[in-house]
Amino acid sequence: MASDDLAVASRGLTKRYGRQLAVDGIDLEVPTGSIYGFLGPNGSGKTTTIRMLLGLIQPTDGRYEVLGTPMPGGEEQALPMVGSLVEGPAFYPHLSGRANLARLDAADRTTSRATAAERIDRALDRVGLLAAADKRYKAYSLGMKQRLGIATSLLRPRRLVILDEPTNGLDPQGTREVRSLIRQIAADGTTVFVSSHLLAEVEQLCTHVGVMRAGQLVYQGPLAQLRGQARLLVRTPKPELAAKVLAELGLADVTQSGQEVTAELGAILPEVICERLVLAGVPVAGLETPRRSLEDEFVELTGEGFDVG
Amino acid sequence: MSAEPVRAAGGPTAGSRPMPVWTGEPSAVPGRPVSTWLRFFGSELRLVFGRLRNLALLGVLGAVPVLFGILFRLTMSSAEGPGGPAFLNQLAGNGVFLAVIVLELALTLLLLPLLTAVVSGDAIAGEAGHGTLRGLLIVPAGRTRLLAVKYVAIAVYCLAGCLLLAAMSLIMGLILFPAGPVTLLSGNTIPLSAGLLRVLVLALYAAAAMTSLGAIGLAASTLTQHPVGAIAGLLVLVVASEICDQLPSLSAIHPFLPTHFWLQWDGLFTSPTDWSSILHGLVSFAVYAAIFGAVAWARLTSADITS
Repeated sequence: MASDDLAVASRGLTKRYGRQLAVDGIDLEVPTGSIYGFLGPNGSGKTTTIRMLLGLIQPTDGRYEVLGTPMPGGEEQALPMVGSLVEGPAFYPHLSGRANLARLDAADRTTSRATAAERIDRALDRVGLLAAADKRYKAYSLGMKQRLGIATSLLRPRRLVILDEPTNGLDPQGTREVRSLIRQIAADGTTVFVSSHLLAEVEQLCTHVGVMRAGQLVYQGPLAQLRGQARLLVRTPKPELAAKVLAELGLADVTQSGQEVTAELGAILPEVICERLVLAGVPVAGLETPRRSLEDEFVELTGEGFDVG
Repeated sequence: MSAEPVRAAGGPTAGSRPMPVWTGEPSAVPGRPVSTWLRFFGSELRLVFGRLRNLALLGVLGAVPVLFGILFRLTMSSAEGPGGPAFLNQLAGNGVFLAVIVLELALTLLLLPLLTAVVSGDAIAGEAGHGTLRGLLIVPAGRTRLLAVKYVAIAVYCLAGCLLLAAMSLIMGLILFPAGPVTLLSGNTIPLSAGLLRVLVLALYAAAAMTSLGAIGLAASTLTQHPVGAIAGLLVLVVASEICDQLPSLSAIHPFLPTHFWLQWDGLFTSPTDWSSILHGLVSFAVYAAIFGAVAWARLTSADITS
C-alpha cells in the first residue's frame, strides 16, 4: 500500500459475524489533509469499519494502515495521533465533564500531566463546555454530551480525527458549531474522517466521500466527482437548431425532448453557450445548469429506502 | 513551538477567525513508563475510591467491628455458650482477639467477598456498560496495561478493606475488652506488640485471599457488559466452594477449592508459629490469581469491543 499521502488505507478489509458480512472487502483511501465523508444508511457497516480502524475489533480479513502504521498491532504507535468519537459519547455518569477528560488524559502514555489542566480547559472551551465543566456528566443535555465526546479529540494535537455521527442530537446551532470546529481542525492540516447519514452535512463540509452499501464501498472519490458533471438545459421553441449548435460546440450527450435540450456542460461557461445560441438565431427562453443533488446520487448508490417512489 | 496562552473563559468561537485548535505537533512519544503508569493508576484509584458505592461498602465494613464488639461484650457478661466463632473464648481475656473473630466472620459471612466481588466484577464490565471501555482503548490505554491497572486497584481496595476491619476491631477490642500480653492457643504468652503484629499478618493474609478472589472476579468481568452478572457469579462461586469444602465426600478436592485456605491461620497463634498452612494458602491464592489473571488477559486482549 502506497500510503505516504493516505491517512487511512485498506485493502480487502473484511469483518464477518457468523454468516453475515458486516464489512465486505473494502479498499479505503483517505487522502491526508482531506475531509472525508463516510456515508451510508444505518447498518451498512460504517461503525464496524470505524471500530476496526481504531483497533476495537479484529478484522476477519484484509490489511489496513492508519497514518502509515500497519494495523492491527500498531495501535500504540498510531492511535495517540488519532482523535475519535465512536458511536456516540460514553463517559462516567457520576464524574464531571472535566474529570472525565482528565481520566482519558491520564490513560494516555504520550501526554504530560503538567499540561493536562490547561489542555483540558482548552478543549472544554473549544466545545463551549467550560462553564459546565464541573457539572456531572449525567446532568448534561444530549448536545453537551456529544460536545464532550468531541472534546476528547481536542485534548492534544492529532493528525487524524475520526468522528462517527458527530452532530447526532445537536440543535442547529450546535450543528453549525461542530461544522465550524471540523473546518478549524482541518485547517490545521489534520485529516478528518466523518461518518454521517446527513447528506447536507457532508455536502457542505467534505472534500472526499466514501459511500457504503450493505458492507461494500460502492463509491469513493472527490465529492465533486460524485455529484458528476453539471448539465446544461436550454428551453427554446427551436430545439433542433439549439441541439445542432450545442453539438457544434462539442458538448457531449446532447438530447432533445419537446422544447428542452440538455447536454453535459463540460468546460465551456454557460454564458458563452448562451451567447453562441443567440448568435446562431436560437431564441433562448430559458437556460439552466441543474446540478444533481447529493441525495439523488446517494439514493442511486445505496438504493431507495422503503416506501419511497 | 510557542506556548499560546489559554483563551479567557467564554463561549465557543464558532464562525470567528480560525485559530489553531491545539498547539504543538502531533507526537506519539510515550513518557517515562513509571510516571505514565503511576498517573493512570492514580486515576484508577480515584475512580474506585471516589465511587460512592465503594465508599459506602467500606463504611459498612468499618461498622462491623463496632457491632460485633458490642454484641460479644453484651453476651459475654451473661453466659458463655459453646459454639460461635473460634477464638471467642480468648476474647474475654484479650481484646486483640476481636480482630481475629471479626476477620473470620467477615470472610464467612461474605462481607469481604462481597466487597471484592463488587469492585472486581465492575472493573471491566462496568467500563463496557458505560461505553468508557472503548474510550480508554482508543486513547490508547493498552489492553494489558488497563487490565494491570485495574487489578492492582482491586488489590489496593481489598487491602484497604482488610486493614480497616483489623484497625477498627483492634480499637473496639481494646476499648471493650481487657488488653495486655496475648495468650496463644498453645498456652504460651507473647507481648501485646507481638500480638498486634500477628493481627497485621492476619489482615494481610485475608487481603491476599481477597486479591486472589479478585482475579476470578476480573476474569468474570471481561465476559460481560453487566457488572451485576459478574458480581453475582463470583458470589455464587464462593458459596459453592464453601459448601464443597464442608462435604467430607469431596475431601480429595478440598485443597484445590478457592476458599479452602481462607481461614487456615490458626498456626499464627501457636508458639512456635506454624507457617505451613499460611504458606499453602498463599501458594493457592497465587495459583488462582495467575490462572484467572491469564484468563482475563486472554479474553480482554482478543475480544471485539462492540459496547
